[in-house]
Amino acid sequence: MSYESLRLPLRLIALALFAVVIQEAAVSQISIFGTSADLTPLVVMSVGLLAGSVSGSLMGFGTGLLVDMMLVQTLGVTSLLYIAIGYWSGRLRELRDPSHGLVPMAMGAASTAFAGLGMAVIQFLLGVDSPVSFLLLQQIVVAVLVNTLLSLPVYAAVRRLIQPALPDDPRRRRRRAYTTGGLSPLQRPSSRLGRMPRTSR
Amino acid sequence: MHSKQVRRRRAVLAAVVAVSLILLTAYFGESASSPLHSVQRGIVQVFSPIQEGASQALSPFRDIASFFSDTFKAKSEVKQLRNEVATLQGELANAQAAKIQNIQLTNQLKLDNTNSIASYRPVAAHVIVRDPTLWYATVEVDKGSADGVHLNDPVTGDGALVGQVSVVDPNVSIVTLITDHTMAVAAQVQDTSGDTGLLVPAVGNPSQLVLQYLQRNAQVQVGQQVVTVGFKFGQYQDLYPPRIPIGTVTSVGNDLANNGQVQVAPAADLRHLDAVQILTTPHAGSLRAQVP
Repeated sequence: MSYESLRLPLRLIALALFAVVIQEAAVSQISIFGTSADLTPLVVMSVGLLAGSVSGSLMGFGTGLLVDMMLVQTLGVTSLLYIAIGYWSGRLRELRDPSHGLVPMAMGAASTAFAGLGMAVIQFLLGVDSPVSFLLLQQIVVAVLVNTLLSLPVYAAVRRLIQPALPDDPRRRRRRAYTTGGLSPLQRPSSRLGRMPRTSR
Repeated sequence: MHSKQVRRRRAVLAAVVAVSLILLTAYFGESASSPLHSVQRGIVQVFSPIQEGASQALSPFRDIASFFSDTFKAKSEVKQLRNEVATLQGELANAQAAKIQNIQLTNQLKLDNTNSIASYRPVAAHVIVRDPTLWYATVEVDKGSADGVHLNDPVTGDGALVGQVSVVDPNVSIVTLITDHTMAVAAQVQDTSGDTGLLVPAVGNPSQLVLQYLQRNAQVQVGQQVVTVGFKFGQYQDLYPPRIPIGTVTSVGNDLANNGQVQVAPAADLRHLDAVQILTTPHAGSLRAQVP
């Protein structure tokens, strides 16, 4: 196996470790409107959007497992939720190839809401003995708002880290060419290249 | 080529979902000494030095963020605290009189009076990791079995009960807070008849607990303190020592008459714990509530 083929997996492993450690050691200890930001679903979502559904789901599984391991939670719960986040972010990229700059923001909000509500559903299925407050919904909404604000910088940081290791995507290369006025088939040759030289008969 | 990619994608998805479900099922049915739990504790042990280092390195950023949130919070608390000071000054005078009377009666009855926090051999620890989710309320502290910490040791912070040790490793421990949905504490209201009940968290509201199974005609009032019971019945003992403060009754209303429960606010700020004390010999004191 060559170094080139290992570049992306190695970067994703380092990213997952870094994200979970930073989340638990610093971000989770900062209270914003009574709740804390959670960077981990944003990182998984960003990887899905940038690298596709396979990398997204694997990143979701690994990050979720790491979170469950380090916080001594029921293994597999967070993994299940993050697999879905990574997979559907990746599918969005593969099916729609969204180019709008605010897509990570919308996906960040959706991912956080899915993680919060999904965790509630799984906990109810596993059985909760304690009374559940309606404030749970309020906390989820606040967490979604906070994470939405953070999704763009997180996406930018993840893109900066893993973009050099991504395989070249022909669709993106083609789109780059269109937007820079290089190879669009809609443009007439004369408008780009000037007058065509006439050949003598 | 395309169908190969689709097959690969579906296979990866099915594999990771299947592994997650197997882990979830296996972990849920296992005891605390099972292989999966041991692996989990091993991972905690491996990562604890990294987390401790990261926690110390990132403390300036946390302090800056906490400064702003504390400033906003402090403004809203000024009026409330002034009212509390006025009330507490009146209560202090009564408490001092009661203390003198208590000392005299204790001497007369020759009761063992070694149930202060100091007699439970507290070990001070710093919080290095907090759990951000709404469902799991745990913190990781930098003291473990090498410092004398044991499984299920009670943990106090800000002078009140905050939780119990749920995982112990040589250098770190995981503390499950009283707001975690798996926790329940036998508690007593410091009213005239000492009504007891079971204190459980209100999931989704980290600043609220619910004291259940009280008698419906109990004379519980807002502002009364809730403490641990610390019962002893034959060979069975409560995990917690008696009379450790837990919180204050904040709401009674119709809930007491209808359901036998009242709302309690924890005395400690559980979302901003920086340092805690682990009571390593919780059964050192012999003064306990006796179950008839």
